[in-house]
Amino acid sequence: MDWPAILLSIRLAAIVSATLLVVSLPLAYWLAFSRWRGKFLVEAVVALPLVLPPTVLGFYVLVAIGSRSPIGAWWTALTGHPLAFTFEALVLASILYSLPFAVQPITAAFSLIDRDLMAASSVLGASRLTTFRRIVLPLARNGILSAAVLSFAHTIGEFGVVLMVGGNLPGVTRTVSISIYDSVQSFNMTAAHQTALLLLGFSFAMLAIVYALLQKPWLVPHK
Amino acid sequence: MSLTFDITCRLAGTFSLEARSAISPGITIVFGRSGSGKTTLLRAIAGLAPAQGRITAGDRVLLDSASHHVLPPQQRRVGFVFQQLALFPHLTARANIEYGLANMPVDARTSRVNAIAQSFGIAHLLDRKPPAISGGERQRVALARALVTDPDVLLLDEPLSALDHATQSHIIADLRRWNETHAIPVLYVTHAHREAFSLGERVIVLDNGRVVADGVPHEVLESPSQEPVARLAGFENLFDATVTALHHEAGTMECRIGGTACVIEVPYGEVPSGAEVRLAIRAGDILVGTVLPQGLSARNILPGTIQSLRREGARVVAIVDAGGVFEVHLTPGATSSLALSPGRAVWLVIKTHSFRRVST
Repeated sequence: MDWPAILLSIRLAAIVSATLLVVSLPLAYWLAFSRWRGKFLVEAVVALPLVLPPTVLGFYVLVAIGSRSPIGAWWTALTGHPLAFTFEALVLASILYSLPFAVQPITAAFSLIDRDLMAASSVLGASRLTTFRRIVLPLARNGILSAAVLSFAHTIGEFGVVLMVGGNLPGVTRTVSISIYDSVQSFNMTAAHQTALLLLGFSFAMLAIVYALLQKPWLVPHK
Repeated sequence: MSLTFDITCRLAGTFSLEARSAISPGITIVFGRSGSGKTTLLRAIAGLAPAQGRITAGDRVLLDSASHHVLPPQQRRVGFVFQQLALFPHLTARANIEYGLANMPVDARTSRVNAIAQSFGIAHLLDRKPPAISGGERQRVALARALVTDPDVLLLDEPLSALDHATQSHIIADLRRWNETHAIPVLYVTHAHREAFSLGERVIVLDNGRVVADGVPHEVLESPSQEPVARLAGFENLFDATVTALHHEAGTMECRIGGTACVIEVPYGEVPSGAEVRLAIRAGDILVGTVLPQGLSARNILPGTIQSLRREGARVVAIVDAGGVFEVHLTPGATSSLALSPGRAVWLVIKTHSFRRVST
């Protein structure tokens, strides 16, 4: 079993889903409550990774972080080494790739919140931020939980984007799915079986936990 | 403390609300059918719906478009009870009631919540969450949450319409008792006549975004002077008629219902003979007989034929052609003991003073 790859994937997924929560909360709030007419454009951009082939996304990220791009040049100046084919590049690409898996459940959960509850909170003197913290967040917790788990699991399972942006450097950018691909390429079917089975079990367990939490009445805050 | 407003709200589409009034302490009913602008009026006062114009509560200016002064809802000191109550489902009743007291020290907050819970009879359920509280008690929690902050104005958006009459009057009695010491203006929105008649000292009638009547409930709703008010106040029958004879000394006049030969006696009005008038009568103020009644004081006894009968809850709605077409309300018992059925010939009996003259 390729433990370094497994640990690398878990580290990547943890960083990505944590970052995505921070990014997605304000974005989802805006998507759920803004009345701007052009909102659909932003919604389409957020959903793009769902339909785009991972190689296309990976290709553009690679171009964007290459040493000839402003981002790549800025990174090189800052850190002394190029961004492409590093763990940081993987994080960046994975955030983009898993964005809809975090934003959409949270947006849906925000949209379901009764606007009168937010109005009642304002009339009782609460600022928008207080209303968000005390009313919106607790009532959307199932959506936020789904977002965290789905973006984590989706990042664990990604392949095309990782290959394009990170390459296959053991301990740096070789994730668990790349490791399985490698094992198969080198006819090491035992190793492939082991890792694949682990990933299958993991994915199933994650989804089972999410669905169980979503249906438990003690977690559902209201009828 | 009193509330004044003189505002215009334009919502999406063609609907607009234009309302101005001064509301003294006590309960004022805002009455109108759904879509008349009642809720919009409350939301504009609370700062939840955009409005142009001026709103004041006591000496505080909540809105003054002329000087671009718009207080946000957080600073208006308005208590609002929503139609669906909007209790926070994830918080206990205590946390709901405390919500508006966030800036108060914990001890003061707790004793204040305990006091109001005591006076609204909900002290025993403070630790429960709204889904585990019964309907009438939920209303009390919502009311306590709005009042515990000591608002300058209380706005109630049909909060009691889902409750039975007894529970309703209990809650209103509690509210009145609370307001004896606080004396703030309370606007109570409803579309139910019974509430409009019985709950407030004053009624403002809204129709299509305009105030069409304003006064003491019995005067406004018993003798509506305008057709929209008459409709709201339960005058189901409205007729165009022509004045054919005036009997000043008897206090009556005769009118022919438009397009028919049906002549009726109605209360005297300051109109010339030949004038066109609009008459209203409640379906419940018309009696039905199967034989020609005799020895009655009622002056209008009209022969007619039942066109249709339909059951609506605890009453039967009969449509009777007596020259003019009348809607008549009966009890199911009366309907069956008189063996009424479509096509049956009947007599309609209507007192002169059951007719009201309204303007369109």
